[in-house]
Amino acid sequence: MALSTERLGLYNPDKPMENRLTDLGPRHFWQYFPPIIQKNYGKWKYHEILEPGILVHVSETGDEVFTIRCGGCRFMTVEHVREICEIADKHCDGYVRFTTRNNIEFMVDSKDKMEALKKDLMSRKHVSGSYKFPIGGTGAGVTNIVHTQGYLHCHTPATDASSMVKAVLDDLFDYFQGMTLPAQVRISMACCLNMCGAVHCSDIALLGYHRKPPVVDHEVLDAVCEIPLVIAACPTGAISPSKTEDGKKTVKIKEERCMFCGNCYTMCMAVPLSDKEGDCVTIMAGGKVSNRIHPPKFSKVVVPALPNNFPRFPEVCDAVKKIVEAYAADAKKYERIGDWAERIGWEKFFEKCGLPFSEHLIDDYRLAYDTYRTSTQFKYTDAAWEVSKAAGGID
Amino acid sequence: MAFEPREPQKELKYDELRIYTDEELNNYTEEELKDFKIKHDIPDVEELEKGPWPSFVADAKREALHRRKLAEDRMLIERDVVEDLLGQLQVSFDDGETHWKHGGIVGVFGYGGGVIGRYSDLQEKFPSIAHFHTLRVNQPASKFYSTDYLRCICDLWEYRGSGLMNMHGSTGDIIFLGTFTEQLEPIFYELGHVLQQDLGGSGSNLRTPSCCIGRARCEWACFDTQDMCYELTHYYQDELHRPAFPYKFKFKFDGCPNCCVASIARADMSFIGTWRDEIRIDQEAVQAYINGEIQPNAGAHAGKDWGKFDIEKEVINLCPTQCMWMEDGKLMIDNKECTRCMHCINVMPRALRPGVDTGVSILFGAKAPILEGAQMSLLTVPFMKVEHPYDNVKELIEKVWDWWMEEGKNRERLGELIQRWGVPKFLEVIGLPPMPQMVKEPRSNPYIFWKEEDVPGGWKRTIEDYRKRHVR
Repeated sequence: MALSTERLGLYNPDKPMENRLTDLGPRHFWQYFPPIIQKNYGKWKYHEILEPGILVHVSETGDEVFTIRCGGCRFMTVEHVREICEIADKHCDGYVRFTTRNNIEFMVDSKDKMEALKKDLMSRKHVSGSYKFPIGGTGAGVTNIVHTQGYLHCHTPATDASSMVKAVLDDLFDYFQGMTLPAQVRISMACCLNMCGAVHCSDIALLGYHRKPPVVDHEVLDAVCEIPLVIAACPTGAISPSKTEDGKKTVKIKEERCMFCGNCYTMCMAVPLSDKEGDCVTIMAGGKVSNRIHPPKFSKVVVPALPNNFPRFPEVCDAVKKIVEAYAADAKKYERIGDWAERIGWEKFFEKCGLPFSEHLIDDYRLAYDTYRTSTQFKYTDAAWEVSKAAGGID
Repeated sequence: MAFEPREPQKELKYDELRIYTDEELNNYTEEELKDFKIKHDIPDVEELEKGPWPSFVADAKREALHRRKLAEDRMLIERDVVEDLLGQLQVSFDDGETHWKHGGIVGVFGYGGGVIGRYSDLQEKFPSIAHFHTLRVNQPASKFYSTDYLRCICDLWEYRGSGLMNMHGSTGDIIFLGTFTEQLEPIFYELGHVLQQDLGGSGSNLRTPSCCIGRARCEWACFDTQDMCYELTHYYQDELHRPAFPYKFKFKFDGCPNCCVASIARADMSFIGTWRDEIRIDQEAVQAYINGEIQPNAGAHAGKDWGKFDIEKEVINLCPTQCMWMEDGKLMIDNKECTRCMHCINVMPRALRPGVDTGVSILFGAKAPILEGAQMSLLTVPFMKVEHPYDNVKELIEKVWDWWMEEGKNRERLGELIQRWGVPKFLEVIGLPPMPQMVKEPRSNPYIFWKEEDVPGGWKRTIEDYRKRHVR
């Protein structure tokens, strides 16, 4: 049965339940494995990164599979996917794979095929000049940035995603194509605190953040939202019931208690937060998910707010670059950004990255005490001398 | 070994299923693309065509031109959809705000998830994206594809939708971005009847499970991540499509503690491969690393000169439990002290391999910050053997779900419920004893919620009895 071309296809709106197939689930994975993967499933012995972006996996059977990893945009058109298919048909017997970080992996079973594939991939550029299939993203470098929808598809973002990711990766392109860092650097981007991209355990996390309390659309609120749910949505209890002058039920907001999470807006369209001047980008650093050496860690806020300077976010790119370069210059082999910051002390992290420290970076939400330093072990930095001066302790 | 699908898989041949001809698929030249201008003025968006990283704008313009040159009756939603999307993106840059309306309840009959409603708030200016609904399409485990399948998906989505997608969304689905309400059911029918392919999860459902590459191409996978992901996804189709939970619930399957799909940070139930016997050592390969014949960490650091490999400095001294040493030129590991962090194995993959008695650790409750702050998963089951059809795992899952569905508040993730009720209650519910491995350290306050039955003699006392011993 071919894909149908009638306007409603196989669907009959007069009998919507007729012939309805449900609960089929995903298709089975085995049919999509190239023969060499099927043959060596569970038999892989070791792997090597031959050059940035190119891996060889060696099986107990002696078979080798060569993988070329290419950066991809999460936002991708069918035209691009068809080009991926053309490449996969030409070089890879019609198979291809995507990674969880939106990279594309082409696999071949010999070195000769790998060289031909590599040449082909590197030759493909968009008419405006950017690579279509940049090779890299392996080992001790920066791999693709996972991100969320942003202005292209989301109703709650505090910034855009695809544009920021493009700008940052243009800036870090050499790190994507090289393996010059002490360890891998995983950068993630989420355009609001909902964190569809779950960026909270990344080496560097870019996060869109609202900074103005919601404005209340009193005219419609009671008609379009469940007031008790809106009130219950607020983690700080800042929202309470209220009435307009003409007696309409609505809510009022204690603005000084708002921490701008946007959870109320998720529940109710009548309390929007977005604002050109208010919305900003927060940078977090030092998180990871791997259990290697140290347990997984959360990312910590290191830059409270940078402007949404579309389309290239120069301030964000600059801050990310500062962190990556300071880390590249100072960290020991195998140290992730968070491990490095903890070894040298966060005070040194700010000094070495050239990032200012402001009161916004000291936790004052729940469990803040867990982050207090309650010891006399610290290092002297300019920030420390400033405090000593302000306290009258030194001239 | 080959795996059997739960149901026979219909073979998909693009040439038998396709909508577009080769002429239609190749309907513009590179020259035309260079000269192509979309109908809106988008200077800031076009700025993003510069630079080496793949430009999503350049890609979108290809699709815009392709649609322009298709015949009117060869697409069922507006041809301008890509151009209008880029136009709206420019307006969003200008305004510093999104122009998508809040939500919108659309879907396919009988499912409570898989479709996300989206409407533009600039419908007069950008009519072709007035509706711009998303469908989540459940990806095959670990995201391998045949080109036949992908080309079918492309034809279907270009014909009945915008031709714009995500490969893939954050949770793992193939995302179809942008179509009109009318086409949702037809797309669902085409997916099911022609491609034997279902939608993924959204809303207060089981979300589309995802897994790492596992045994398909990794030497460290301690269980069949794909098979377990596939089996549990199929077994829990009802939970995936019909919202019955307080909020979302995610399964993620990581084959080893390197956690390539971030299950420990993102899944309400994280399955992480591990082993309980000994790390396998090839002493000859250890020597080859020491002698510099093999690059450490599979060559991951080759871009910089880090000096000669030093096994003491790079492996033994970095071992978090200090359970390794050299003895008579041999690498020794005290496996009972090992916490299986993977560092030594990552550094010397040709010399060291995980053990052969493998299984999973199961952890619960990870989530992003909304609402009570981010949480990582709690180590709950240290080791479990997992074999198809995973009955032991299913039994555990259902105990957890029963409790969460009974006690969880609206939009309360499992991790938050565990915090609200306390880990001891969680353990009681799932019928597991406590172990020190569940905490980083014991509590530092003695505010224990003693239960009456814990205390000799119970709590029933009278003040009269007390006063017999103590005058007022």
